[in-house]
Amino acid sequence: MTVGELVRELGLEVLVAGDLEADVHGGYCADLLSEVLAHAAKGDIWITHQKHLNVVAVAKLKEIGAVVLVRGLRPPQEVTDRARAEGVTILVSPTSAFETAGRIHRALFP
Amino acid sequence: MSPRIPPVFRRYWEVAPKDLDRAGFVSIEVRRALFSLGVEPEVVKRAGIVCFEGEMNLVLYSEGGRIVLVVSPDRVELLFSDRGPGIADVDLVRQPGYSTAPDWARELGFGSGLGIPNMEQNSDELKIHSRVGEGTVMRATILRRKYDGR
Repeated sequence: MTVGELVRELGLEVLVAGDLEADVHGGYCADLLSEVLAHAAKGDIWITHQKHLNVVAVAKLKEIGAVVLVRGLRPPQEVTDRARAEGVTILVSPTSAFETAGRIHRALFP
Repeated sequence: MSPRIPPVFRRYWEVAPKDLDRAGFVSIEVRRALFSLGVEPEVVKRAGIVCFEGEMNLVLYSEGGRIVLVVSPDRVELLFSDRGPGIADVDLVRQPGYSTAPDWARELGFGSGLGIPNMEQNSDELKIHSRVGEGTVMRATILRRKYDGR
């Protein structure tokens, strides 16, 4: 499944479109940046509450497939600007982290 | 470690203290530089993680410092040096979960006490020298395993 297909299937909002054709094989949920650096895999969907600039750096370094902000959280514009410059996809999910992760898991592993 | 081979690339960046808005972007520049030099993707990945954690240490805890990237045919080295305050117990900061991060940093997802363990995990060698009142120097070495010595 690609990031774009996941977006359509779950009706996620695309705040910044990086590579929507990227393949997604899994995801990682964490708000601790070092946890993501240590354990997330390339192409993962990263589900988080963090919405500051360093998220873009971590996503770029780990080659994250898409960052999903939960509960409708919106980053400041400097974050979306930077994400666009770096080609990092940022999505917004209206539901909680638990529900968002559950829906993404179901879509990836039906 | 094997005898040193002369570096082919060297660059440094100054890192301002408490400047979280810029924090993390030296790591992205390091990543870009390594890719453009043709460094193996696995080595770039490890160097990126080491650099991010080292950069965050400089931003969050130091009074400012510098990151030096040295790329040689057989290794990538990252040096982090700062102007203080220094670490009293270096063994303690190597322990997973130990952190002196203030609450504001923890709320942003820092201070899990995994920074230095992550740096160790992604380096072949991590040396830390510190003196309270003077500063800290860390040297991370990442070996390029494909290098065959010729």
